[in-house]
Amino acid sequence: MTETLKRTPLYEEHKALGGRIVPFAGWEMPVQYAGLLKEHQAVRTAAGLFDVSHMGEMILEGPKAEETIDALVTADLTKLPDGKAVYNVACNEQGTILDDLIVYRRARDRFLIVMNASNRDKIAAHFRKHCEGKISFEDASDRYSLIAIQGPKAVDVVRAAGASEAIPALASFSLTDGTIAGVNVIAARTGYTAEDGFELFCTNDDAVKLWRALIAAGKAFGLEPAGLGARDTLRLEGRLSLYGNEIDETTNPLEAGLGWVTKLDKPRDFLGKAALQKIQAAGLTRKMVGFEMVGRGTGRHGYPIVEWDGSEAGGKTIGIVTSGSLAPTLDKNIGLGYVPTALAAIGSKIGIQIRGKAIEAVVVKTPFYKRTK
Amino acid sequence: MSKYPADLKYTKDHEWARQDGDLVRVGITGYAIEQLGDVTLVDLPKVGAKLDAHAHFGDIESVKTVSELFAPVAGEVAEINGKLESSPELVNEGPYDKGWMIALKGAGSLDALMDAAAYEAYLGTLDH
Repeated sequence: MTETLKRTPLYEEHKALGGRIVPFAGWEMPVQYAGLLKEHQAVRTAAGLFDVSHMGEMILEGPKAEETIDALVTADLTKLPDGKAVYNVACNEQGTILDDLIVYRRARDRFLIVMNASNRDKIAAHFRKHCEGKISFEDASDRYSLIAIQGPKAVDVVRAAGASEAIPALASFSLTDGTIAGVNVIAARTGYTAEDGFELFCTNDDAVKLWRALIAAGKAFGLEPAGLGARDTLRLEGRLSLYGNEIDETTNPLEAGLGWVTKLDKPRDFLGKAALQKIQAAGLTRKMVGFEMVGRGTGRHGYPIVEWDGSEAGGKTIGIVTSGSLAPTLDKNIGLGYVPTALAAIGSKIGIQIRGKAIEAVVVKTPFYKRTK
Repeated sequence: MSKYPADLKYTKDHEWARQDGDLVRVGITGYAIEQLGDVTLVDLPKVGAKLDAHAHFGDIESVKTVSELFAPVAGEVAEINGKLESSPELVNEGPYDKGWMIALKGAGSLDALMDAAAYEAYLGTLDH
């Protein structure tokens, strides 16, 4: 059976820029253009431009919008000011993670939510069901494109591309309506790279115009188009979770290190709250940690984590690597994975089983990379 | 003009082999490198290891992925490119020269492998 892959409005732009296209979550997306390392470096030192139009957008509106959504997510939306965004998760009844989301509060009765491409059908159905009879729901994913511009020069590039004043003036995790190069956008100072930057929503018809304007304005600032490959190494250095790796329906936000966005003390009951309170009371059995390889090799998604006893085979299996890569900014091999709580302390020695051999690694502080403001 | 050197022979696993006097030198093709991206580690066998044709002889890691390396023909490992341990990027910089991986002695014949034209035709069947 061959699956029909979707293309974003920017597909031909990617081809023209030399992008190598791969299937990803049902889409044909660029994994890299000039090279992952060059693109990664551009985002850390100048700017990178990402097509993330595969991400899903939901628009939820009505007088009961705040309370309806607040009952489905872990953040406390009653404390979120208008024009602000929050990263958090939606759980099921068991307290495990359906998806991680950015909830954008335009007003008390108007929300925009961004979900993962891989979860679009599931999450749209979930929210649609819970909105029924309460507020209006639209899965707007097929109407909207999403372009992310990330890096220390992102603000200079949007300004040079003719952004309306409110856009470069945005504070972190804020959003506004505006225009760039004559294109109407919803601009948010958010991202997935651990750098400053913007995520720009526009209608599909305007995507090419906006993309070209940013590419052109970015030339003077060293902007590079950047693919999914660099997006992954950038988010990993910043210890940002990837759905399907760090989090899924078998993990809960507390063990995933997302307790900071899980407001168990918020007044409203939310889906999964009771289960999470029980999990918290019982104590966590495992935790997500960051590790750095001491020996040679890269611990990658799915590799077993074993007790480190110095032997070639290693001790018994105690956990699993969820993501791992060379960290280009740090020039170290890093990764994330679940280990028993007793081994989650910084400095704990663990083994990563790489092609049948245990290789030494050590639990380190995260994020691996933090930008110096 | 061919993208792939005419003096080499190629495998479906994207290794190349070059008759180099008594030795057969082995590396990976430009196509393989495009798929891998920036190479970060090359694990090679020890000198003296005896390989069957198609035997797994090592692994190559890039930032994104890890792939296995297979011997194009049978032979005994006479030399390995030790520079790759500290400078794996040589594979990206010169896949057909400074990025070579192993050299085999007593190697089998290269006749059954693809020439550059056949390899390019084969690659044509992989791209969609």
